[in-house]
Amino acid sequence: MENFAFLTQNFGRYDTASIGSYMNVGGFQALKKAVNMDGEEIAQLIARNKVKGRGGAEYDMGRKWSQARAVQGEHKVIICNADEGETTTFKDRELIKNDPFNLIEAMIIAGWAMGADKGFIYMRAEYACLRPLLLNAIRQAKNYGFLGTNILGRGFDFDIKLYSGAGAYVCGEGTALIRSIEGKAGRPRMKPPFIKVSGVFALPTCLQNVESLSLVPHLLLDEEGRYAAQGTEDSVGTKLVSVAGNVQKPGVFEIPFGTTVREIVYGLAGGLPEGQELQLIQFGGASGKAAGPDILDCPYTYEDLRSHGVMVGSGGLAVVDKRTSVLDFLRINQDFFSEESCGQCTPCREGNLHIKLILEKLSAGTATAEDVRLMKKIARVMSMSSLCGLGETAQNTLLSAMQVFPEVFEVTERQTGGVAL
Amino acid sequence: MSTQETMVNLTINNIPVSVPKGTKIMQAAASIGIDIPHLCYHEDQRIKAHCRLCSVEVTGRRRLLAACSTEVWEGMDVHTDTKIVRDTQITILQLMLANHNKDCLACARNQNCDLQRLCSRFNIQGSNLPSVVKPEPIIETNPSIVRDPSKCIRCGRCIRACKDVQGLQALTYAGRSSDICVTSAFHKPLEATDCILCGQCSLVCPTGAIVVKDDTQKVLDALQDKTKHVIVQVAPAVRVALGDAFGLAPGAIVTGQMVTALRLLGFDKVFDTNFGADLTIMEEGAEFLHRLESGTPGPMLTSCSPGWVNYVEKHFPELIPHLSTSKSPMSMFGAIAKTYYPQQAGLDVKDIVTVSVMPCTAKKFEAARPEMGRDGYRDVDVVLTTRELIKLIKYVGLRFEDLPETDFDSPLGTGSGAGAIFGTTGGVMEAALRTVYEKATGGTLPQLEFEEVRGFKGIKETTVELPGRSLRIAIAHTLKNARLLMEQIKKGESPYDFIEIMACPGGCIGGGGQPIGTTNAIKKERMAALYEIDRQMPIRKSHENPEILTLYKDFLEKPLSEKAEELLHTSYHKVARPYEFN
Repeated sequence: MENFAFLTQNFGRYDTASIGSYMNVGGFQALKKAVNMDGEEIAQLIARNKVKGRGGAEYDMGRKWSQARAVQGEHKVIICNADEGETTTFKDRELIKNDPFNLIEAMIIAGWAMGADKGFIYMRAEYACLRPLLLNAIRQAKNYGFLGTNILGRGFDFDIKLYSGAGAYVCGEGTALIRSIEGKAGRPRMKPPFIKVSGVFALPTCLQNVESLSLVPHLLLDEEGRYAAQGTEDSVGTKLVSVAGNVQKPGVFEIPFGTTVREIVYGLAGGLPEGQELQLIQFGGASGKAAGPDILDCPYTYEDLRSHGVMVGSGGLAVVDKRTSVLDFLRINQDFFSEESCGQCTPCREGNLHIKLILEKLSAGTATAEDVRLMKKIARVMSMSSLCGLGETAQNTLLSAMQVFPEVFEVTERQTGGVAL
Repeated sequence: MSTQETMVNLTINNIPVSVPKGTKIMQAAASIGIDIPHLCYHEDQRIKAHCRLCSVEVTGRRRLLAACSTEVWEGMDVHTDTKIVRDTQITILQLMLANHNKDCLACARNQNCDLQRLCSRFNIQGSNLPSVVKPEPIIETNPSIVRDPSKCIRCGRCIRACKDVQGLQALTYAGRSSDICVTSAFHKPLEATDCILCGQCSLVCPTGAIVVKDDTQKVLDALQDKTKHVIVQVAPAVRVALGDAFGLAPGAIVTGQMVTALRLLGFDKVFDTNFGADLTIMEEGAEFLHRLESGTPGPMLTSCSPGWVNYVEKHFPELIPHLSTSKSPMSMFGAIAKTYYPQQAGLDVKDIVTVSVMPCTAKKFEAARPEMGRDGYRDVDVVLTTRELIKLIKYVGLRFEDLPETDFDSPLGTGSGAGAIFGTTGGVMEAALRTVYEKATGGTLPQLEFEEVRGFKGIKETTVELPGRSLRIAIAHTLKNARLLMEQIKKGESPYDFIEIMACPGGCIGGGGQPIGTTNAIKKERMAALYEIDRQMPIRKSHENPEILTLYKDFLEKPLSEKAEELLHTSYHKVARPYEFN
């Protein structure tokens, strides 16, 4: 299968340490075009391509830009969310590693479009190896006048700071990320106020994932509509997916929407190890949902995945073969949340702990039917009432697995020690 | 309604409600008599939305919304009583209970606990989940505040009280996930941190995780010891707060019933801290005039709030020379009760036990200071908070609201109106001004009330004209406000001659030892009650209190005399915090 290159079209084509090299392959042409456009036109271009935020929440990106434009403020901020803490998700890393200048250019365009003058890249601490690359890109962009004051003579000021937290998953959540940048403990806060009105340092802020931003310069220069020609009516264009787990060639692949899961797993990722059988695929990382082997022929689109009970989310796929039981997989997934909950709100703090305990009992064969009932109830309460998206989605995998693999949760009389509860 | 406010129409449980724009769901529901359960929410605090107990269903929303933090909108359709809402609330309570030390009988907050009340409301008799309480020792290292982390539900109210009210961060969150806890810097005992023992945290804690050190048994033991002569003094702010616990309206003046209750408890004599307050004014007023005459650099700072004194010693030690050396009313009273009183009453000082009832947790620390006593005797042997007095009244089974009114004993039981208003922010200053003005001018004040120093404003100021000079006066309550005035002094920019500081919001009426449930709205009622007591007093100036005049004539000679200096004045010293790095 052909690896279609749109988001990844610059990969390998220039020296990522050199702005001159980037400009030789068309770098900053999109910015030059953008500064002669109205910000709303750019937002409309994104909206026309039906781009959804690539961090996991799948929010309509064109709409987000229009809303951010409409917020008044002397200073406004663009934050690039490069926290990429979702498990099995490493597409942003590839984008930064292979095309750092495109991200810088994208942020400047975003700044122009939304009338922002400050930019932050919040990159996860674990990507420390990419810091020199980005810092160099920022410095060179500044030297070339693409950052700083009066950019391209348009009276537009914009600057970018690179910031890394201390390595907490929850800092990918918008409000926690913002608190982390502000030098506070990375714990989410309630909304309102919404970030778009009062974000980092109480300034109007637009937070956007690396992949979402990276798409923008390419879209601006895509006059023949190469992007729009890909995908389906509702899932336009292409997407980066990262495939991990029990596959022969784990990695990041750019796929046109509509490629089947089978083509991704068996084509691009080389299929399962010899002789192994597929148990489940988890879509969108630890906070995503799980499906059984019948997902293989589903086209990878927002709408098709949703109708199969899963989501695109972060674009990660965890492929699990039958050497790992469903329950073991769920326990590993749960251990992650039991570590990463911030602990502020009751449902998430206490719920993760009890679900972990009940999953352990299920594994040990000592769980009762009441335990299973309680586990489901706690999971639902967490998703319905937690303070932030972490608690809301932490039990997505468990709840989906309870639907797909009901037999795993059947507790027999024998297992309860003969006491039916 | 004739207001200009924009109204928003919504329905709650199908009942149409109209509330001003900006109202939160919780208040909109309260306006039609629906109490949405909540624990982290507190009416005087910034909204946290942590506990999620107030989750409600809003039609069209995929998830439940927190009623404390969600503003109503036009056409909103709220349901507080559906299955998913109740399931959620009960599950959250069950989750809390599983991580809460349910040792209710041994808890200071038994029958006065928000968590217990909600469990009772929802008929929850125990958790259906295994206990995940981490065994942690009770932290009882100072005379004022006791922490029991095993009862903490991590609501964050104490953290907000410390930071937003006092501008301190003695308590904060540490850790994450199920390890998150409320703790102090480096898990040091509170007294070794920024904490000044004001006890505001204990006043807002919904459970028994932060409580005052319980000294009721010491008092019961003393009362039952027939060889002891046990006397009690009661601070002015207690008599306008005590009624709250017995179903009386906030701000009810219960002086007479309180005195009767203390007699029935078995105290040999019931005296009034207002007497001590008048004595403080005599000394502090004279000290102030002396400082003015001698040209001592100002401003002078009041020193009757022990939390405030702790704050200066820890946070602004360089300003100690500004602090009045006059002891607080409580300690002055104690000193007299252990010297003059036994002479008068023909008692041996070793047989006297002095108890004080205070609205304050830091008073327990003050009473334990080595400077507050002599010859091995403490000025004040035991300090009870208002909450502990409530406990004792319940212990002996008094029907408080039906008790007859009786008067304080003499000779240390007469206080002036000036002494009474010590219990509110601005009161000490007003009392001092009444005396300072008349002492300095030799004339009579045309108007006793200094309206500019009254009220709930954080920082108040006024100017008083004395012959030949104007006095610049400032009053602040809460340490967050006090800090602003202290920074001014440090920079040499303070325009003031005399500053009153109370550590607690509202002054002693909002003290950390006051009844659970004390809110700013209730404090305002108490404040009005104290001014009402003052208004009705036959004597309203400290220097006209006949018992005070007798005390000076027979015993102390005059303010700032050698004897007065020895008994009624004290000294302060810098207290280092262990994590001061420079």
